[in-house]
Amino acid sequence: MVLIALALMALDHRLNQLQTLRSLLATVAYPVQLGVDLPIRAGRRVLDSFSRHEQLVMENRLLRSDNMQLRARQLRFDALQMENDRLRALLHTSAQATERVQIAKLLAVDLDPFRQQVVLNKGRLDGVYPGQPLINADGVIGQILNAHWANSTALLISDPGHALPVIVARTGLRSLAVGTGNPRRLNLRHVPPQEDIEVGDLLLTSGLGGRFPADYPVARIVSVEHQPGQPFLLIAAEPLAALDRSREALLLWTEDAEEDPEEPVSEPPNTSPEVRE
Amino acid sequence: MNPAVGMPVPVAISLLMAYGLTITPLPELVAPARPEWVLLVLIYWSMAFPRRVGILTAFVAGLFLDILQQQVLGQNALTLAVALFIVLQIYPRLRVFPVWQQAVAIALLVALVRFLQLWIQGATGFPPDNLLYWSPILTSALVWPLIYHLLRDARRRWLLHLT
Repeated sequence: MVLIALALMALDHRLNQLQTLRSLLATVAYPVQLGVDLPIRAGRRVLDSFSRHEQLVMENRLLRSDNMQLRARQLRFDALQMENDRLRALLHTSAQATERVQIAKLLAVDLDPFRQQVVLNKGRLDGVYPGQPLINADGVIGQILNAHWANSTALLISDPGHALPVIVARTGLRSLAVGTGNPRRLNLRHVPPQEDIEVGDLLLTSGLGGRFPADYPVARIVSVEHQPGQPFLLIAAEPLAALDRSREALLLWTEDAEEDPEEPVSEPPNTSPEVRE
Repeated sequence: MNPAVGMPVPVAISLLMAYGLTITPLPELVAPARPEWVLLVLIYWSMAFPRRVGILTAFVAGLFLDILQQQVLGQNALTLAVALFIVLQIYPRLRVFPVWQQAVAIALLVALVRFLQLWIQGATGFPPDNLLYWSPILTSALVWPLIYHLLRDARRRWLLHLT
């Protein structure tokens, strides 16, 4: 039995041979997850239905004005998009990859408290694939780790095993944002002390590595420290998306991503998400 | 088929509930201290029905737990099987212990399981470097009397005829 277990672990960890077994078992496990998730969701709904009428009206008004502003911005965005396309055509560079997003719900289940992973209610049936980027309205959340039949698990960018290629928006400095296990903290690696980097700088995805499309906001620098004797700066950043509080996430499909997600993209595709319900 | 094998329905139900409790969201502060529900339930039933609930049950149950918690496949399977192996060696003594003394034995078993898991995590990825990692030892021992009385009542009500 011990030997079987050791063999299983070796197969799973070293060779990734057990995807089918894992998916099969995960499909069996899905009802258990749903069973835990449902009462909690129902409880939230009951609480929602008790919220007062005025409150709802207020919220509605706020959302409406928000929507107005966003639409106005969208108008400008469309114009810019066309202009960008024209300029690209003039320069004979490759056309932009179009993107498609779909909303997925995060199930209210806890996994290992020392890892930063979540369960989503969308799976291979919905076209989810491993390595797929996951964002929300504020920024990047993580990527899909395992896509099962009807559900999938995602690794958050704050997991200690996750590293995300980023650039500093102000200077274009490239770095790696590595998770720490704390959902409100990322560390930046390999930034030499003479680089120009400040507290408050915005980090965007760089598109290097090919998993994530370029120019999605990731985090904001909260502290820059230089310890004499250390070759690199100690930089901490706070993710823009509330990783530990979000209940929904957007799955992102880029047009050419499904062919070969491992292949680095030479020309970082620009972004034009279209929300699909 | 041997009449003393096969998993009775209440055992399966209690295991399912243990799985549910294992993934129920808890506030961030107390989440690391979650008791090892599945292990506790397995230990009780293995004490009660050592011929029905044993190493193989623990192995399969652990595999399922691995999936639920997104661990390396086999991590919980191995550690739970080892724990149940020990329980099967000492169950005649465990049975006659008073509950608090059982709780001490449980704490030792949980400590062993946590230690083995730390070992596996260290070999395969990112071991947690937090002292809170060991807190389930205490909480598991604390909830053991509750589990013991609940499951004993369940056994007396529905499974009195089994061995």
